[in-house]
Amino acid sequence: MDFELSEEQNLIRETVRDFAEREIKPLARDLDEKGEFSVELTRKIGEMGLFGMYLPERYGGQGLDTLSYIIAVEEIARVDGSHAATLAAHNSLGIYPLYAFGTEEQKMRYLPQLCTGDGLWSFGLTEPGAGSDSRGSKTTAVIDGDQWVINGSKIFITNGSSEISKGCTVQAVSGEENGKKVFSTIIVEKGTPGFKALTMHGKMMWRASDTAELFFDDVRVPKANLLGQIGQGSKIMLQTLDGGRLSIAAMGLGCAQGAFELALAYANERKQFGKPISKFQINAFKLADMATKIELARNLLYKACWLKDSGKPFAKEAAMSKLYCSEIAREVADEAVQIHGGYGLMKDYDVERFYRDQRLLQIGEGTSEIQRLVISRYIGC
Amino acid sequence: MKILVLISNVPDTTTKVRFTGDNTSFDDAGVQWIINPWDELALTRAMELKEAGGVDKITVANVGEKTTEPTLRKALAVGADDAIRVDVPARDAYFVARQLAEVAKDYDLILAGIEASDYNGNAVGGMLAEMLDFNSVSAVSGISIDGDKFTVNREIDGGSQLLSITGPLVAIVQKGIAKEPRIPAMRGIMMARKKPLNVVAAVDAHEKTSYVNYELPAPKAACKMVDEENAKELITLLHEEAKVL
Repeated sequence: MDFELSEEQNLIRETVRDFAEREIKPLARDLDEKGEFSVELTRKIGEMGLFGMYLPERYGGQGLDTLSYIIAVEEIARVDGSHAATLAAHNSLGIYPLYAFGTEEQKMRYLPQLCTGDGLWSFGLTEPGAGSDSRGSKTTAVIDGDQWVINGSKIFITNGSSEISKGCTVQAVSGEENGKKVFSTIIVEKGTPGFKALTMHGKMMWRASDTAELFFDDVRVPKANLLGQIGQGSKIMLQTLDGGRLSIAAMGLGCAQGAFELALAYANERKQFGKPISKFQINAFKLADMATKIELARNLLYKACWLKDSGKPFAKEAAMSKLYCSEIAREVADEAVQIHGGYGLMKDYDVERFYRDQRLLQIGEGTSEIQRLVISRYIGC
Repeated sequence: MKILVLISNVPDTTTKVRFTGDNTSFDDAGVQWIINPWDELALTRAMELKEAGGVDKITVANVGEKTTEPTLRKALAVGADDAIRVDVPARDAYFVARQLAEVAKDYDLILAGIEASDYNGNAVGGMLAEMLDFNSVSAVSGISIDGDKFTVNREIDGGSQLLSITGPLVAIVQKGIAKEPRIPAMRGIMMARKKPLNVVAAVDAHEKTSYVNYELPAPKAACKMVDEENAKELITLLHEEAKVL
């Protein structure tokens, strides 16, 4: 067994960490407070080459492996959840299905512009009445002549309504077979008549990321905008979510790491009863438990990435990683606030933001309950 | 024009320093290695000079074993065109300068950080210039290429000097030479894979320093706050506790 990262992966970690510390950290608290999506920072993330980093160079990517990408998400999440969300959603939900299922023409049309930071793409799956039960989708896509006509709406769509959002891959019911809904996936570009994106405000977490509600009112797009084949929608969704789970797991891992580091630094600095509070066993053991959970989470997630990069089945380990990393993010952030005491409840302390940001991770891209369902099916329940 | 940037492989500036062998050697277990911060700024300035035109190639060089290659690879990712590693552990400033002198002869401009953040010797750049018989300027906080000359800004006590100097030149650079070090983009990291990293054998040389013993500075004492209206207590503390009065 070899647990060593490659020289290149180590350099990617160091580089993305420097970038996050220098460019994102100084702005993160203020952007969160204002609930403001930063086009400028998103462009900088693009200039760093973090969008589409696993794509081949001919599509504008860097040709890096899954683990390198996951390390990048982890390092951004170590500093800020919102920007990690922008990065992870664009790469895993925006870019991935276009790359994995698009025709060569579709790939060349969309992917290069989505790797620069000048454009974001979203994946429209969740609906007001269809969350964990994605088959409950009501959005429809019907062929009319040489066009698809789409009607319906989507909700909680990351990167769907920013000023640099270029479009969405929409999951829609395209027919029925043996009494069961058939799903297809259609590309809808921004500016298409009838397609409206509204930014959702009032979020508890990821406040500097873009979250949208999408509306499709007789939206007509060419038949050639079909992604993959008719009826392939469920497969596209499941495959996209398998990869997406790795990046949400990376967000959990990074969030836990960031919260842990804040807690450790605070515990070494804060004195009560004449000594740093890290010297009290109750806190020292808490920190030891936090570090152990993070180590476990990292090993599980990196193994899942290794499986994917080796071309082996990884869906079970991806679900386990998503479940475990997101749950330890909650546990670690919670204890990190506890160690901060009253200060941990104040917005002047970053740990407060970590505590809020982690909460989505057990819900988005498949709740913890759904992950357990997925895992239970793999283990023969 | 060809620029050589000297790269020292040093422990991360937040490293907790420990010693082994009865305090006779630095314990490098678990240490994260980085480019010496002054060298990183020098490389950034070299990149800026190349982008302004007139520079054909930037080479980075260090003296060290294979374990130092990630540091050189990062310099390549930042934008250097090729790298040279003299394959021998660095022993002292003279030894390092002697090794570098063998590979630095053909450059028009050599940029050396004013010191390395490990031993803070402040010696390699000057020694190298002497060995090569190149011009050299120390405490350089600005440099530009002006035809076949260099315009160099040098910090001196109470002000600065502006010098015009012919090459080949060793510029020993300090803070101010570049605003902040460049972070490589993913494309740079990918391209660094393919850039040449030439390993050359060391020449016979002997160090002039041996390390007898290391010790850590005494931990900082706790800070005592004295009320601003209580100057008498401050005098007493400075006299009786700190013993500086």
